[in-house]
Amino acid sequence: MALKIVKGSIDRMFDKNLQDLVRGIRNHKEDEAKYISTCIDEIKQELKQDNIAVKANAVCKLTYLQMLGYDVSWAAFNIVEVMSSSKFTFKRIGYLAASQCFHEGTDVIMLTTNQIRKDLSSPNQYDTGVALTGLSCFVTPDLARDLANDIMTLMSHTKPYIRKKAVLIMYKVFLKYPESLRPAFPRLKEKLEDPDPGVQSAAVNVICELARRNPKNYLSLAPLFFKLMTSSTNNWVLIKIIKLFGALTPLEPRLGKKLIEPLTNLIHSTSAMSLLYECVNTVIAVLISLSSGMPNHSASIQLCVQKLRILIEDSDQNLKYLGLLAMSKILKTHPKSVQSHKDLILQCLDDKDESIRLRALDLLYGMVSKKNLMEIVKKLMLHVDKAEGTTYRDELLTKIIDICSQSNYQYITNFEWYISILVELTRLEGTRHGHLIASQMLDVAIRVKAIRGFAVAQMATLLDNAHLLTGNTQRNGICEVLYAAAWICGEFSEHLEDPMQTLEAMLRPKVATLPGHIQAVYVQNAAKLFATVLQKHEGETDSQAAQETSQLLIDRLPLFVQSANLEVQERASCILQLVKYIQKLQQKNVEVAEEVTALFAGELNPVAPKAQKKVPIPEGLDLDAWINEPPSESESEDEKPKAVFAKEEPKHYRSRNTEVDEKELARRREVRKQEQANNPFYIKASPSSQKVYDAPGVEHIPVVQIDLSVPLKVPGMPMSDQYLKLEEERQQKEKAERKKKEKKKKREKRGKGRKADSGPESEEDITPAQHVDIVTEEMPENALPSDDDDKDPNDPHRALDIDLDKPLADSEKLPVRTHRPEVLKSPAEDRVSESVPPETKKKSSKEKKEKKKDKEKDRKRSKEEKKKKKKHKEVEEELLESQPEEPVQSEETKEAAAPPTSTSAEASDLDFWLSSAPVPPAAQEVTVSSSAVDTSSAAVPESEPDEPKDTEPEDTKSSKHKKKKQKKEKEEKEKKKKKRHHHHHHHGEAGGEDSVQNGTVEEEEPLPPMSNYSVLAENSFIKMVYDIQGNHQDESKVVVSIIFENKSDSFLKSMEFNVLDSLNSKLQRPEGAGPHDGLTVPFQLPPGVSNEARFVFSVQSIVMPQKLKGTLTFIVKSDESSTHEKLDFKLHFTCTSYLITTPCYSDAYAKLLESGDLKGSSLRLEGINMPFHHLLARICFHHHFSVVERIDSCASMYSRSIQGHHVCLLVKTSDQTVSIDAKCDEPSLLGNVLDELKQTFSKC
Amino acid sequence: MRSVSNRSTVDLAPWAVPSRFAWKSCGDVKSRVITGCLCCRAVNVQMVQSQAPWPCTNVVTNFRCRQKSTKYRSLQTEDTEQQIIRETFHLVSKRDENVCNFLEGGLLIGGSENKLIYRHYATLYFVFCVDSSESELGILDLIQVFVETLDKCFENVCELDLIFHMDKVHNILAEMVMGGMVLETNMSEISTQAEAHSKMEKSEAGIAGAPARAVSAVKNMNLPEMPKNINIGDISIKVPNLSSFK
Repeated sequence: MALKIVKGSIDRMFDKNLQDLVRGIRNHKEDEAKYISTCIDEIKQELKQDNIAVKANAVCKLTYLQMLGYDVSWAAFNIVEVMSSSKFTFKRIGYLAASQCFHEGTDVIMLTTNQIRKDLSSPNQYDTGVALTGLSCFVTPDLARDLANDIMTLMSHTKPYIRKKAVLIMYKVFLKYPESLRPAFPRLKEKLEDPDPGVQSAAVNVICELARRNPKNYLSLAPLFFKLMTSSTNNWVLIKIIKLFGALTPLEPRLGKKLIEPLTNLIHSTSAMSLLYECVNTVIAVLISLSSGMPNHSASIQLCVQKLRILIEDSDQNLKYLGLLAMSKILKTHPKSVQSHKDLILQCLDDKDESIRLRALDLLYGMVSKKNLMEIVKKLMLHVDKAEGTTYRDELLTKIIDICSQSNYQYITNFEWYISILVELTRLEGTRHGHLIASQMLDVAIRVKAIRGFAVAQMATLLDNAHLLTGNTQRNGICEVLYAAAWICGEFSEHLEDPMQTLEAMLRPKVATLPGHIQAVYVQNAAKLFATVLQKHEGETDSQAAQETSQLLIDRLPLFVQSANLEVQERASCILQLVKYIQKLQQKNVEVAEEVTALFAGELNPVAPKAQKKVPIPEGLDLDAWINEPPSESESEDEKPKAVFAKEEPKHYRSRNTEVDEKELARRREVRKQEQANNPFYIKASPSSQKVYDAPGVEHIPVVQIDLSVPLKVPGMPMSDQYLKLEEERQQKEKAERKKKEKKKKREKRGKGRKADSGPESEEDITPAQHVDIVTEEMPENALPSDDDDKDPNDPHRALDIDLDKPLADSEKLPVRTHRPEVLKSPAEDRVSESVPPETKKKSSKEKKEKKKDKEKDRKRSKEEKKKKKKHKEVEEELLESQPEEPVQSEETKEAAAPPTSTSAEASDLDFWLSSAPVPPAAQEVTVSSSAVDTSSAAVPESEPDEPKDTEPEDTKSSKHKKKKQKKEKEEKEKKKKKRHHHHHHHGEAGGEDSVQNGTVEEEEPLPPMSNYSVLAENSFIKMVYDIQGNHQDESKVVVSIIFENKSDSFLKSMEFNVLDSLNSKLQRPEGAGPHDGLTVPFQLPPGVSNEARFVFSVQSIVMPQKLKGTLTFIVKSDESSTHEKLDFKLHFTCTSYLITTPCYSDAYAKLLESGDLKGSSLRLEGINMPFHHLLARICFHHHFSVVERIDSCASMYSRSIQGHHVCLLVKTSDQTVSIDAKCDEPSLLGNVLDELKQTFSKC
Repeated sequence: MRSVSNRSTVDLAPWAVPSRFAWKSCGDVKSRVITGCLCCRAVNVQMVQSQAPWPCTNVVTNFRCRQKSTKYRSLQTEDTEQQIIRETFHLVSKRDENVCNFLEGGLLIGGSENKLIYRHYATLYFVFCVDSSESELGILDLIQVFVETLDKCFENVCELDLIFHMDKVHNILAEMVMGGMVLETNMSEISTQAEAHSKMEKSEAGIAGAPARAVSAVKNMNLPEMPKNINIGDISIKVPNLSSFK
């Protein structure tokens, strides 16, 4: 056998392997294609062999070829064969090849499902890992659906290596199979607190990725992430979380307020640039989300800007780039703070790095004002001249136009200057943005009436010099400008000084080389010009000039009649016939001018780009109904040419409105309107069009009405290089004017109510050079304001917009393969449903119905709450009380603590978390918070570094709260019990598959109220009760919550809490305090009031129970006297207090038990006559266990100690006897826990 | 407080390159340009591609990690992939030293939300294409981690290692980036896994692998192309380049 293998391998050792292939390709550089084709032939031969090693080798080579760009999809089946090899080496080759070549269309992917499933459950973790990696690249909706459940099981694999991969791949699964999101989410959330940092970071990664797309569904996770943020030390995780918060803050301003403190602290303290940068970014996002009128945040802005300046000034180009990038975000909301750094940004414009220059350009956009616009644009124009690459130059061009046209030309004071800039830009070589310039020209000419004279003169010059633009075929883009020029000259021809000359220029034979749509405009506007010329010469006795014009048209138009372009041809022949007719009339000395002009009468008004969409459909109008009978075949053929014709319209065609007011318009005008109606581009905006005013029904608003100062004389024939001079002149004049204006200032200020626009006050002293009338774009009446047409319907993330807080419905389960023989792998629920006797099954279905009802109620309630939340942001206190499920420090919160909670609880948790004031400094290690907050509910971070010290008001507030709540608590105990039921249903469901978890435990009858608080000490003045909780985050810390209750009629103050430390357990004291110093309890107690304080203890060994002696000293202050009092106590640290309720899934549980690391022990309790579910509830509650699975009178339970010991219990009951089999990796801990269990039940 | 010492590798800023890390430059390297180019999201983009005298001579490994949308995916053929690599290479290679390591995304890589983030080591460019959910500086670090891991796994890596063992490069990358998302950033963790992989490989090959290994050793001998085997010792030029992350 061995010999055979060796022989086989000797045979194939002379086969080409990958290295040989690479070498061969490198040696055949001249005839590479030929070499590769021979190689592919060889590979095909190799793939035919039976030996899997040969096949793998061939596939490996194919993978390489695929990367070179060769299509290898024909080998897909062989790849699947190699994937299914049992050897890791080959399997990996197969998966690599698959991840390279497989895609959604690959049909053999269907064959891989079972193979992948087998690999996923392979005992070898590397097989699983390779399968996960491969799958992440080629997962399809089918694969996602079939494998979601297996992957979910892997999320609680024992090996972190697999866990993290499984967690990460879930994102891809969600994308392909959105239904899996809700069932899998609880477990994903759980992984946020995984002990392994890799898994944790993977979970953060996935959730951040999900939340980025649909942030609103993840708001409820904010407290959890906040906790992670304040406790994590992994910069990767921190960056992700901080980025996530950046996405969440716009939705919840209160979150922003909460974040600002810790973020500023991070900014101050971190040395990591990456982290600093992200913090700054998020702070910016927070500041944006907060209303800008918050003065106390100006410090934060200053801090950000200051830090960014440091980044920008850094010699590292990367930091400079990022600094500018972040700066541009601040610019949007706080332009003032950025404007002070103008020097720096202008400096960056000269940077040799293009990326940096581009970023600086972005910033310039927000820095312009009326004062410096010209200066900045001049600088940019210089850059345009110098710029080498066309991309950068194009970018500059768009930026110049953007800057000038922003907010409806707000900063332009002199439109002549702007037109000349535009004209100057047409001299740019090889730009792609001709249409941008063209649409600007059109826009300005139409909307600024005062500028038309100047604009027309400039356009006429442009038309005259058209050869400069069209001379080079490469400059195709720029000839779009001629389109605008011709139209402006035609439409506003009354402003032309010499229409004849322009007409001549427009009819030059060279025009025929222009693109069709431009020629069409030429022809049409030539007709307009013709009308103007006629009118001009009307009254004159000598009709010579008019007749010459007609002759010119008749001579030149035939050129266009021959055009290949349909529209040009049509228009030209129409106009030609018209002109011929007019000529005849002229010869008879008939006055025709007026009639010809009437063809083009009517004012054009700008219309907002979205105006058409916003017109509401009138009632009773069915747009889909036929107006006439459907047209016959022949008719539709007639229609066709029209469509083609319409398509040839230029995209940038400026929209016009079709007013149906002037019925006397000639037939020709009607035709024109028809054209527009058929134009698919009609109404649509060109990409360059300015900001739309969404205000419906805006009519002509005269925006700037300012006195006309010295109007500039138009230079006759500006050549390209003259423009720069012209501008400089203008600059100087501007300065001179400014000086003049200085004197006029006072008068200026008094006058004129300016409407709508106009820049900052300080700039009013700059007077526009023209009388400017900016016409806003019209919107139809009753325009609908909705504006949601921007979303991409193809975005896969849309499908993931799922409400995750809603409790899971029964139908929402991942598909489970029922046909599969190995029941072990299938989720717990399957097993249970098999073992449950038929009667209970029936019952449970009823219950399910009930559950559904409850759920719906809950959902409604939560909706209401959400509404409320919005309404009463300020009156949160009221809100708190109005929420029935507010987690008061009663039992149910604690039970609800670890497993995912239901909607309403979570919503209120979030609300509470957001509304609660900051907690006192961690340095003191004493956390006072209102008693409503449970540590384990993960709502409030136990320690927050460097929080402000404003505990005082909070104390009084919380004590008030407390009072109210306690009252309420009593009143509502009954209610709550019922509610708790709902609560637990949700747990069960939220857990996805294991619906028999905590849920069923309490279904039968209500539980007696339970409390974990036990009396610590009591005297006539004060009573102390305490509870000890493990800390999730720190494996050596426990938190002791003590409620102090003032029983006397006097005021208690200066309470000092001190404990005699043992070797094992120590009270955490603030830095600098001696080991025997007491801790001041951070509140005072008026008569009859109680309040809770928390003390953190560090413990080393947790296997033994501990007792610590301590003393509380305080001053009793009554009206007449004050006395020192003292109360001794003994703190009892039981072993149970080191346990943390940790949910566990049955599959993981089974693995844990199988692992054999645990040592067993058992316990028998006699004479217990409480119902089994009560028993379980007690264990859960008092000893921090969670039910993994319960079948009849037998249940498995799980808990984890703060140091990570697993404790598993199997509880069975029969006839008042309860036997508990327990397993734990630490026998003495287990022994003690069992003793405590025994004690608990002996008490009752 | 936050401890600075046990953070992961994020933040080596300002992008210091450990001194022990240097790329060996090989004799004829100047005539070849290799781009490393891999992409995490949005589009796949890829790793390592060559231009000039030997087209296709060099490693071209595609890292098809994660597509932004299925729509885009359907357009993705070998040809467009190659085009992306070419254009990316073109963009990256014409950039000066001493400019920032970010490139605004063009249409080719899926729009303005995406960025190219690259690092230049001697003749190699490592390019990641990332979308806005990644931290720019973090990715620069990730590239550093990647390169250092390669260095560790190949024991002083040179381009030829990458060219001839692109499958291994892929496997290492798969331990770092999975499905377009960052999986692991801890270098020792990555190299542990990579080592475990190769151990398994060796144990599986067993006797059967021995002759093949011998043959490939013979094949590799005497080949001018594998200067790594010819001990040039002092002659090996340590490329002082690396100035892009001073």
